[in-house]
Amino acid sequence: MANVNAGHHDHHPDQEELRTFAFWIYLMTDVILFATLFATYIVLQGSTDGGPGPKELFQMNGIYASTFILLTSSFTSGLAILAMNKGNRLALMNWLGVTIFLGASFLFLEINEFIHMVSEGATIGTSAFLTAFYTLVGTHGLHVTLGIGWMIIVIMQIAKHGITPVTKRKVNIISLFWHFLDVVWIFVFTIVYVMGVN
Amino acid sequence: MWESVKEFASEFFVTGDPLIYGADVSIVLSIIAIVSVLTYFKKWGWLWREWLTTVDHKKIGIMYILASVLMLFRGGVDALLMRAQLVMPEMQFLSGDHYNQIFTTHGVIMILFMAMPLMFGLFNVIVPLQLGARDVAFPFLNALSFWLFFSGAMLFNLSFVIGGSPDAGWLAYPPYSELAFNPGPGQDFYIWGIQISGIGSLMTGINFIVTILKVRAPGMTLMKMPMFSWSVLSSCIAIVFAFPILTVTLALLFIDRYLGGHFFTLDGGGNPMMYINLIWMWGHPEVYIIVLPAFGIFSEIVATFSRKKLFGYKSMVFAMIIISVLSFLVWAHHFFTMGSGADVNAFFAVTTMLIAIPTGVKVFNWLFTMFRGKITFETPMLWTVGIIPNFVIGGMTGVLLSVAPADFQYHNSYFLIAHFHQVIIAGVVFGFFAGLYYWWPKIFGFKLNERIGRWAFWLWNIGFYLCFMPQYALGLMGMTRRIYTYGWDKGWFEMNLVSTIGAVIMGAAFLVQIWDIAHSIKHMKRDTTGDPWNARTLEWSIPSPAPFYNFAVMPQVTSQDDWHERKLRIEQGLEKPAKVALEPIHMPKNSGIPIVMSMFWFFVGFGLIFDWLWMAVPGFIGVIACMVVHSFNYDTDYYVTVEEIKRTEAEAGRVIT
Repeated sequence: MANVNAGHHDHHPDQEELRTFAFWIYLMTDVILFATLFATYIVLQGSTDGGPGPKELFQMNGIYASTFILLTSSFTSGLAILAMNKGNRLALMNWLGVTIFLGASFLFLEINEFIHMVSEGATIGTSAFLTAFYTLVGTHGLHVTLGIGWMIIVIMQIAKHGITPVTKRKVNIISLFWHFLDVVWIFVFTIVYVMGVN
Repeated sequence: MWESVKEFASEFFVTGDPLIYGADVSIVLSIIAIVSVLTYFKKWGWLWREWLTTVDHKKIGIMYILASVLMLFRGGVDALLMRAQLVMPEMQFLSGDHYNQIFTTHGVIMILFMAMPLMFGLFNVIVPLQLGARDVAFPFLNALSFWLFFSGAMLFNLSFVIGGSPDAGWLAYPPYSELAFNPGPGQDFYIWGIQISGIGSLMTGINFIVTILKVRAPGMTLMKMPMFSWSVLSSCIAIVFAFPILTVTLALLFIDRYLGGHFFTLDGGGNPMMYINLIWMWGHPEVYIIVLPAFGIFSEIVATFSRKKLFGYKSMVFAMIIISVLSFLVWAHHFFTMGSGADVNAFFAVTTMLIAIPTGVKVFNWLFTMFRGKITFETPMLWTVGIIPNFVIGGMTGVLLSVAPADFQYHNSYFLIAHFHQVIIAGVVFGFFAGLYYWWPKIFGFKLNERIGRWAFWLWNIGFYLCFMPQYALGLMGMTRRIYTYGWDKGWFEMNLVSTIGAVIMGAAFLVQIWDIAHSIKHMKRDTTGDPWNARTLEWSIPSPAPFYNFAVMPQVTSQDDWHERKLRIEQGLEKPAKVALEPIHMPKNSGIPIVMSMFWFFVGFGLIFDWLWMAVPGFIGVIACMVVHSFNYDTDYYVTVEEIKRTEAEAGRVIT
């Protein structure tokens, strides 16, 4: 990709634009992946098999906190994009760093919640409801983990290459991914937690 | 020490069956043969540089086709073993367990490791050429897709000599596929073999959507795009919507088996019906995913060999899109008898029947294209014409099956088996064969022998009718699928005998095709025109086989069937071959990462199948490491110089000034 701006006229399309477009299609496949998990969760929600249900297990204060943290991290990843568009490399890297920190805090709270639940005897093998719960929420958590690792790699590349068309596209894509995770979390929050305890 | 090794080996390898010992020996012998030939001729470096690390879509396509022909052989042997067991009542050839494994692997291999890669092979070699493109949108991703498919296929195929094959049917319905009823590693081989190759398929879907929507030659609007590319687009859209469902479904089954989950178990509140819904939400679109490109192939061939523009281009496009949408609204017709209730059954019966309408539109369009055309019957056209009655019968029995009340009679019977083999063999396999004969000269630079090709065509078709027509009758006579033996009192002997004879003839037809290829490699003349069929679309405007950069000069498209129109204009003296200045061509560099990363995926799969975390965890770290290395690599392409383009074109017999 070293020759992106070299002068040539052979009609091959802009690689950065293609990749962004492909990422949107990938996101669509991820939407379907989560939709399938949500559908499974909704079907199996009531199948607690005599074990604990949402009302006994969910501690909403922690969930409010982690929701707030994740929404804030979406905002800070937006600030990173603004800094990038202004050409401010240091601010871009800092805002991405803040986003990573918030994402890691979210994960920390989630893992704590899982450990707490397991210590109360609510494991993935307890009932179909819990299998579906851990799988759905855990898949979101895995996506957050992946996003954090990815963001670290992007920061390293910005440090190495600066803001170029390639790193710019990479930042745009990871930010898109991060907002997507936020949207999925809003559904998790509503369908799993809020509707679960009411 | 020796005792524990022996004990491990007797569990790890499948033992006790002479058929499998035979397979062991032939696998070891072929590996030795391949390795020694490569070493003797010092071809390892060549293999690595030219093939294993290639990102050239044409070579990737050839590797897909090669792999799928091997899988057709394996799946075909499975089919012949089954037909041998059923040839007469009270046969003792296979045990019930072995029979279960064979029908499971036959189904999985034929759909996922034969039809899919054959289709991807044709996508790869043809679509960029038809679009006037240098490559697919993402050549690296394309190579990765192929190697993921290959790892998955190898993993799945290992199961019959290591650990034991899956035996829960090609869609692995729970509770049969749950740990409680299926503790062996076979089912895990199924999960990981399909999962790994499925990720590859999903990436191919994304890659080709972007390629078709964004990387067409200047002037080629969507409504001037060749029909095969349209069919690939509609198939890929269905892939992108369907394959994530498969990924999730297999992952959920794995969670049940590995982590003790309860998605689909009978205890713990699980719901097996959820699996059956999910798997068919992928599975039904899947059959349209593989048949739509075949429709595209027929459309290209009918137009070329009738010397006419395709009749009803727009209705063809529209029909294809409707089919790919409707394919998602019919999944419950696979379990009409499982108690969904009358309203649900009625809805799915009607949506299923609706698919017959766009499909009928396509068949009539092919017929009207032939009407008053100057038809010639070279092998590709012969296949296309042969498919029409076949597909019409298969379609009509499909409509019979879609009548929910009647389905209570047909369900799980050989009537169903005959129906889906008729649409899948006659629609998909024969369609891809037609495509292979048609594009063979473009891929390899010479035609296949016509006479042997005709023999293969007739043998395949006669074998096909002999094999499957009796099965419709057997189904109505009460023979259910998946039984491995039956008594003399049933009266099923004669029909089964005929059916087995048909299967053997199809096996012979396959061998004739292999002979056709071998004979043609040796004897057929090189095609110097690049356009041996006098065809209509862009892929025929360049030399055969296409140079690695495809088009020396990017074509400027002005109409549908652009190459045909250009030939006409040149003939009438309205256009002269334009003189264009060559420019350096931007090309992607080869990469070893796809094959290495897929090998790591193989370790992940194999480790998880045998619960060997010491293998799975490093494998997973390797996968991540490959991604990171690729992400940090900014040196992924280069320029082909004008001198090299001139030299390559001159070697292909073309002079460009």
